Amino acid sequence: MATSVQPTPSASPQPTFRAGLRAGVPIAIGYIPIAIAFGLLAQSFNLPNAITLSMSFFIFAGASQFITIQLLMNGSMYWEIILTTFILNSRHFLMSASLSQRIETTSQKLLAAIAFGVTDETFSIASIRKETRSGVFVFGLNTIAFLAWNVGTWMGVFLAFGLPDALQASMGIALYAMFIGLLVPSLTTRPVFIVASAAIVIQAILHWGVSPFFPISDGIRIIVATITAAGIGAILFKEEEVA
Amino acid sequence: MMSLFLLVLGLALVTYLPRLVPLLWLKELALPAYMKRFLSFIPYAVLASLIFPGILSSTTTASSALFGGVVATVLAVFRVNLVIVVIGAVIGVYGFQTIL
Repeated sequence: MATSVQPTPSASPQPTFRAGLRAGVPIAIGYIPIAIAFGLLAQSFNLPNAITLSMSFFIFAGASQFITIQLLMNGSMYWEIILTTFILNSRHFLMSASLSQRIETTSQKLLAAIAFGVTDETFSIASIRKETRSGVFVFGLNTIAFLAWNVGTWMGVFLAFGLPDALQASMGIALYAMFIGLLVPSLTTRPVFIVASAAIVIQAILHWGVSPFFPISDGIRIIVATITAAGIGAILFKEEEVA
Repeated sequence: MMSLFLLVLGLALVTYLPRLVPLLWLKELALPAYMKRFLSFIPYAVLASLIFPGILSSTTTASSALFGGVVATVLAVFRVNLVIVVIGAVIGVYGFQTIL
């Protein structure tokens, strides 16, 4: 399971940071084409370059950056955009809460730096790797993700051409493949299998059963499915050491 | 331009706060056992919720996305390196879309 009982050799910060960078390579592969697409989209709407680049630099949240551009072009009010982003990204609250129990680092500065880089993708890797008890590892992981996201944005803005259409469309699978690659090996234990299955069933109900009648944002669906499935796990599996 | 930049800062703030608050303050609290179990299940619940149904609209057609998902699952079952899982799925989708 995720946290094994191996004793941690007290590694010096340097190799752990590098291990984090290496662990983040699959994220970088997935982020660059999406960030290029983001830069191109912003360009096509004539958003000032400085604004596009500072979005990736200061916000660093893929889905909400795309939605922000969409909403800006629809002429939405700023407070609507801010509220939408807050709702969409509040799922990271759950992820940071989960990480807070795993990371043993106590330096407030390092924790504050790590917090900035919590995304669906960095969290998914950090939560599966045992090195995550070291905050420096997570910082390395977040750093490569952040660099890839920003380099991709610059490429989209300044090179102003993307990958060939067919390849761009195929790259859309990259981050989902990463999620699958992280989840599948953990499914061998019964509690994890049941929690993951519950989340998928709840998502299906929300997506096909509820959304058509009562629109729910993706962010809210993910939060509801996550809380319910993890809650089911916490109630069903009292005795087992789960993670 | 200035107001757009203030918007970006506002967005940065509402994105950063949910990421920051638990990491800084939840660490210090002694959480009850059920809360710890709940949080330990979050990674798997999040992964599953992110994968489905989002994967279906990740490429141009749901069928090519499903094919990519199957390729990734098969590679993951054999526990190959994560980079290979990602590249294998991309090649799978590319092949599926090119051939069909």
